[in-house]
Amino acid sequence: MTARLDRPGLLFALIGLVGLVLPLVQFKANRIVPGDGVSMALPLAGLLALILLGGCLRWSHGLRLAAALAGLGTVIAALGGTARALMADGPALARVAPAAGFWLLLLAFALMLTDAVTRLRPALHWRWLMLAGAIALVAMVLSTGWLDQVSVMREYAARRDAFLREGVAHLYLAFGSLGLALMIGLPLGVAIHQAPSARGPVLSVLNILQTIPSLALFGIMIPIFGWIAANVPGAAQAGIAGIGVFPALVALFLYSLLPVVSNTLTGLSGVSPATQEAAIGLGLTRFQRLTWVLVPLALPVLLAAIRIVLVQNIGLAVIAGLIGGGGFGTFVFQGLNQTAMDLVLLGALPTIGLALVAGIALDLLVQTLNHTTPRPA
Amino acid sequence: MTAAGLFLIAFLASPDSFAWLFSPMTRNGAPAIYTQTPLWSLTLSHLALVAMAVTASTLVALVLAILVTRPSGREFLPLARTITSVGQTFPPVAVLALAVPVMGFGAGPTLVALFLYGLLPVFENTLAGLTNQPARIREAARGMGLTPAQRLWQVDLPLALPVILTGMRLTAVISLGTGTIGSTVAARTLGEVIIAGLLSSNTAFVLQGGMVVGIIAVMIHEGFQALARLAARRTG
Repeated sequence: MTARLDRPGLLFALIGLVGLVLPLVQFKANRIVPGDGVSMALPLAGLLALILLGGCLRWSHGLRLAAALAGLGTVIAALGGTARALMADGPALARVAPAAGFWLLLLAFALMLTDAVTRLRPALHWRWLMLAGAIALVAMVLSTGWLDQVSVMREYAARRDAFLREGVAHLYLAFGSLGLALMIGLPLGVAIHQAPSARGPVLSVLNILQTIPSLALFGIMIPIFGWIAANVPGAAQAGIAGIGVFPALVALFLYSLLPVVSNTLTGLSGVSPATQEAAIGLGLTRFQRLTWVLVPLALPVLLAAIRIVLVQNIGLAVIAGLIGGGGFGTFVFQGLNQTAMDLVLLGALPTIGLALVAGIALDLLVQTLNHTTPRPA
Repeated sequence: MTAAGLFLIAFLASPDSFAWLFSPMTRNGAPAIYTQTPLWSLTLSHLALVAMAVTASTLVALVLAILVTRPSGREFLPLARTITSVGQTFPPVAVLALAVPVMGFGAGPTLVALFLYGLLPVFENTLAGLTNQPARIREAARGMGLTPAQRLWQVDLPLALPVILTGMRLTAVISLGTGTIGSTVAARTLGEVIIAGLLSSNTAFVLQGGMVVGIIAVMIHEGFQALARLAARRTG
């Protein structure tokens, strides 16, 4: 009989059932003291247990997907509901923070969802729709205000303007450094493709840059740009400064160079000699060959570099918070200093969300391009 | 390479004799060399933390990768692949910060974050090494009458070793850099020197902390590459 059970489903059920036993939320007297665990209302817990156990049966993938969504919805609803009930007669300073039970249940149903989607193997346009749907769903849940009494959302409500500002700064850091890296890295990659003797030195310098720990690279940028701003005429007027966003932007840019340059080189080198000769035979000039033939064919490899850089920079931009460069890292490090974990979550969760969306979207883009670009045999 | 290693050992043995190198970067007579904690002891605890995390994540990742490639674990393979690619988009700093509420301050959260983050490269590479083998090798192993266990130990794993070592290299180098951030949650790492430099605007501290980590990272990178070459040569 056990052979009829779905074993990944059993794993998710195990994780989820442990989550059901552990407290769903922590009820704390204020934002920094540890609190008491509070469990989920029994009927909801029963419903979740049923979904989890049902997931062990050999359901169709579509049904599994629906079950996972229902599970996620129930967990989120339970979190918001419990927080509302506790805060309704609690003191104003009290906080209801998601606890181990909530995170494990979230993990169990997220795994179930991932497993269902993976096994469904949806067509490309369905996966795009799913990504858009997931983003819309999260936005909708947050905008209904059902979760407003949860600690993270209370921290958000207290610093709505700052959140928006740091969010923009975070995106500026991640996308700005990517833009700079493309502006400098693409020509550099093309140049070392044309001049093979320069490949070794350029790539080894970029490799060494990668070994400098991010914390130190961010730190080193501050005095360098401080000095430039003070001593180079016109630099300060151009917005160069040793404090603020500029050193962080340049540090991220330096980390981004290696993936962009090396993937440009790989992409250009990967174009088959036959294609190149055909282009020469057509009488294309060197520049036309580069822009009409080589770059379009190298595009998927370039996009792979953009994915690496963007995901990496969204994560590394957190460190900018430590040197006053702004971004969601500001909340993470403020929270760590005050041992206010809800504040840490306010910085960490959007960062993880951004990185996930960027990673998945670019993966899909790479696959879409691979479908439409005919590969030379 | 050897020169960089010798320089590092000399610097850690007697940082004060290199004060002239760093003093131009200090201002207002600030000390040029970090003396709060001896640099060699920070280096050792940093390396110990990274070594523990890398060893643990390598062992767990190897076991998991072997499990999902056995016939009995095949059901988990697609899920495992998705989790690996999704997991790698998680920012290491965020993982570190999220581990604090569970583990408290100190070396614990850093160890957990490095361990979790280090799982993915080794797992992904082991999986690639175990599944991308040419069909003729599989056939040859079957033809020789090897049992599945013998095939795993005598054929698959040795052939996958160079790729596994590449995964370990990625893990080790990432952990070394990310470990410095552990000092923001009170782990004893070389990040302590860098953070002290950031707080007191002393570039000399930032630079010497970064330099030591950088040189070690290059040495680990080269070391694992040499090991991978050795493993590749042995299997031919």
